[in-house]
Amino acid sequence: MISKIRVLVGKPGLDGHDRGAKVVAAALRDAGMEVIYTGLHQTCESIVEAAVQEDVHVIGLSILSGAHMTIFPRILKLLRASKAKDIMVIGGGIIPADDMKKLQRIGVHKLFGPGTPTSEIVDWIKDNAVKPKRPTTRKKKSVRKKVKKQVRKKIKKKSKG
Amino acid sequence: MKGRQRETVKGIRALLAGEKRTIARIISAVESEDSEEILEHIFPHSGSAYHVGITGPPGAGKSTLVSAIAKRLLGKRKKVGIIAVDPSSPFSGGALLGDRVRMTDLALDENVFIRSMASRGSLGGLAQATKDVALVLDAAGMDYILIETIGVGQVELDIAQVCDTTVVVLVPESGDSIQAMKAGLLEIADIMVVNKGDREGCERLLTELKFAFEMREQKVGWDYPILKTTATEDEGVEELVVAIESHASYLSKTGRLEDERKKKLLLRIHELIEKRIRFHLKENIMPERDIIKLLDKMYERKLNPYRIAGQIARRIIRLADRRFV
Ligand SMILES: Nc1nc2c(ncn2[C@@H]2O[C@H](COP(=O)(O)OP(=O)(O)O)[C@@H](O)[C@H]2O)c(=O)[nH]1
Ligand SMILES: [Mg+2]
Repeated sequence: MISKIRVLVGKPGLDGHDRGAKVVAAALRDAGMEVIYTGLHQTCESIVEAAVQEDVHVIGLSILSGAHMTIFPRILKLLRASKAKDIMVIGGGIIPADDMKKLQRIGVHKLFGPGTPTSEIVDWIKDNAVKPKRPTTRKKKSVRKKVKKQVRKKIKKKSKG
Repeated sequence: MKGRQRETVKGIRALLAGEKRTIARIISAVESEDSEEILEHIFPHSGSAYHVGITGPPGAGKSTLVSAIAKRLLGKRKKVGIIAVDPSSPFSGGALLGDRVRMTDLALDENVFIRSMASRGSLGGLAQATKDVALVLDAAGMDYILIETIGVGQVELDIAQVCDTTVVVLVPESGDSIQAMKAGLLEIADIMVVNKGDREGCERLLTELKFAFEMREQKVGWDYPILKTTATEDEGVEELVVAIESHASYLSKTGRLEDERKKKLLLRIHELIEKRIRFHLKENIMPERDIIKLLDKMYERKLNPYRIAGQIARRIIRLADRRFV
């Protein structure tokens, strides 16, 4: 079975069009990722809750309303409160360079200016989305190999006898 | 206790407590890895959730309806898990999962857990791991699990193998009832819904469906409801929830719930055995490097696949020719 990079693409706040977000969502899908699209006018709370339930690696937000200095910090705070700090936050939109610096300092992983080619976003996510540790009980590879060997031996024995 | 084991036990405990991040993580594990061991731990805690499947063509309003049903159930103080399956792209393997857009009102309710799943190459309307994901939500204490199929319009019969009640949603524009009959949708339906009741053609479709159902052989004791809803206006949804509840009580009163669930468990065993044997066949019994010579001969028509398969299968069967249970 396969592991996939999962990304939530959302559009918080009040500004009304999501064309940019949809273009990015489609590009990520075409790059083999599973994209959870949450639609327009999302609250920060519902975005973070969705990100937790969908177990995404990355939250990507498109903000054109100029509210980035309130929305990003709020998202980060809510993620911390949900013990989900390992979910990365990236964003796009019209964000002045000064603000970008500030936001990256408080923990936003990456911001893309307007007109960034989608391939750049795809590459960044592929390079940076690491699988978080999961509570799984999959046996270690060495153990699996051993078991496989034993089974093979047994079958050989049986087919001889 | 070893570290890994301790982690599993801790994980299970958090799952049973309904801790959302843990539920989400375990679902991911179940979706992407061989996780039979963790499922073994989870299984004893499952079995109390009632599974409802929602299927029908794309755009019929399945997600909107799921959201409306969930709201009603939440009003009755039930916990609701939602699994919404959308198709993976066969080319990139990626997927755009958009069902949440119709469920935003629910997103913050304490008693809801919504998970979008990509089909990851599986046909039949669900993803391979959907059953296991439902198991995880079941163990996490959900009273109801609502499962929305892909809705590519083909026969999505898998849903009936997972759910206790299957709801088929049609809309006036999805074509006539004859098409639904052809697609086998009527056969898997326990409840039939004509959504978009505000649209033209709705009454005609209802009449056609009623006629089609009368023609059908009746399963004893269950009177198939054919309902009209307008999901966006929350109209007819209460009646639908009542119909789901009465189907549930019909099943349990007649003992059919137990029978059907046992059938599903048998099917599950078969599936799991097949999966392992298929893997074993590919990796150990007939590794690719050994089969290449045979392939050459078959290509030249000196050997044939029927004979080869027959011989190998007979040898395997001889090895395993006794009962195991
Ligand atoms: N007019 C009308 N539109 C509806 C109704 N139910 C859903 N829709 C709309 O139909 C579209 C598809 O709905 P969605 O729930 O995503 O369908 P799905 O693909 O079956 O999950 C959306 O734009 C909904 O708002 C209804 O009862 N009446
Ligand atoms: Mg849908």
